[in-house]
Amino acid sequence: MVPTLLGVAVATFVLLRVAPGDIAVLHLGGEGGIITQADIETERAKLGLDQPVWVQFVAWAGGLLHGDLGRSMWTDRPVSTEVSLRFGLSVELAILALVISLIVALPLGTLSAVARNTPLDYAVRVFSVGGLAMPAFWLGILLILFLLILFRWSPPVSFTPLTLDPVANLSQLIWPALAVGYRSAAVLARMMRSTLLEVLREDYVRTARAKGLGELLVVTRHASRNAVLPVVTLAGLEFATLLGGLVVTEQVFNLNGLGKLLVDAVSHRDYTMTQALVMLTAVLFLVTNLVVDVGYAWLDPRVRIAR
Amino acid sequence: MTRLARAYPLGILGGIILLLMMLAALLAERVTSYDPVSSDLLAILQPPGPTHLLGTDGFGRDVFTRLVYGARTALIVGFSGSAVAATLGAAIGVTTAYFGGLVDLIVERLSEIFLAFPLVVLALALVAAFGGGGLGSVILAVIVVSVPRVARVVRASALSVRELPFVEAARALGAGHVAIMFRHILPNVLAPYLIMLTALLGQAILLESSLSFLGLGVAEPTPAWGLMLRGSATQFAERAPWLAIAPGAAISLAVFAFNFVGDALRDALDPRLRV
Repeated sequence: MVPTLLGVAVATFVLLRVAPGDIAVLHLGGEGGIITQADIETERAKLGLDQPVWVQFVAWAGGLLHGDLGRSMWTDRPVSTEVSLRFGLSVELAILALVISLIVALPLGTLSAVARNTPLDYAVRVFSVGGLAMPAFWLGILLILFLLILFRWSPPVSFTPLTLDPVANLSQLIWPALAVGYRSAAVLARMMRSTLLEVLREDYVRTARAKGLGELLVVTRHASRNAVLPVVTLAGLEFATLLGGLVVTEQVFNLNGLGKLLVDAVSHRDYTMTQALVMLTAVLFLVTNLVVDVGYAWLDPRVRIAR
Repeated sequence: MTRLARAYPLGILGGIILLLMMLAALLAERVTSYDPVSSDLLAILQPPGPTHLLGTDGFGRDVFTRLVYGARTALIVGFSGSAVAATLGAAIGVTTAYFGGLVDLIVERLSEIFLAFPLVVLALALVAAFGGGGLGSVILAVIVVSVPRVARVVRASALSVRELPFVEAARALGAGHVAIMFRHILPNVLAPYLIMLTALLGQAILLESSLSFLGLGVAEPTPAWGLMLRGSATQFAERAPWLAIAPGAAISLAVFAFNFVGDALRDALDPRLRV
């Protein structure tokens, strides 16, 4: 995990520094007037861009080890302040989306497997294919359109934190969570269906049926416990995908989260901000994978014995 | 043909949709008589009707025309991006699996770096590195994002093929490394490779439209589906809902079609993978 993170750090740093397009020019361009070469040089010196790339990297990586993410090259505010302002919103949104998709996917996948090749199964499968094909931002736009026409509701301009007013907060976040979570729900429902179908063919399920248990008990208590394991792994991976999906969805719903911050940073050539966000995503991604692995061992005794 | 259609109805449906899209993209000038770029201020936000099949946008441009030309953009990104990515990825995957050892280790570690991000985030960072926006940087981003994923799949299947007796037989007959890798191993990993390719195509189109939607992909006035959903789609939500519906439907239809074809290919080529 540590070598990967180091690689991520080096890769993003070098890639961004060799990028065409100069933040100094962009920065000065906002102020209007004629930009002289001297102005650009002083601006570059102010941002530390006149140093050799490896010196810049050592300075940045050194700060990183002390928990200092540097200052945004665009707003000149500390990166950590900008990130912490938005972190809660994005993580809450991702968790909400994952919870919704699990609530939807587990019963749907189970029903689809139990009622295999019935109209119900086909309906669930159409639902899953839709989730894979529909881009989250389009679903978001459709949701806004639908809410606007039916309820005359449009996304509020400002964000209400969960701690301030939970109801207002949830009523605001539920729609983007639905938009970004549909894909995950589709993927997870598909997985639930196929693993449950496999488990239902196993001997112990036949034994459970043979000793006279009702079908409901067989499915819920016996089969689904084993079927849910790969779904958990996938849900962990989906969490990471959800974080990526937020980049686009936050834009649609005008939410000021990490995704919007990244898009702005990229379009402003804000190197420090882009680096920090890319690193943060990689950390979240790797930690999620680790948690999934540990959680898997906790859920499945066979993995523990194998160690 | 009918037997094929009965065995893989969705695959054939997907194939037909793709064929129609490709034809429309190739013959865009014949399919529609409007210009996709120039605005017509006298025909702003016209509802769908006989003159404008899917209405017009905020600049008076015909939406259907922009959809057709947008298919060109999407398919160019999709095909060129995934063709290069698939070729590079296959070469890397087979080579690393064949030689193993240090080469394999280094490439694996490198690809782990690329796999440590959600797709969109990585693509965004790459677009930034390639100088932001433009068709070229989108295609490059698609390639870089996809290569490690293809290499992984190809490597995994090549690893098992490498151990099969016929590879040893080829070696005994005096075949060189290159010949063994590309004449003997590669043809035997084609099934997962082809499946991967169709998945990549759909993914590339999704990625292109997401980037364009964020304003960091294909730039105005080039017609692209993601771009059509940007700005005007929500701005005129009530007056012109067709602006929001048509481009998204096109994206979904294209991805649908690629997925269906991919699933049919998987069932046909590798029955073990059937779900």
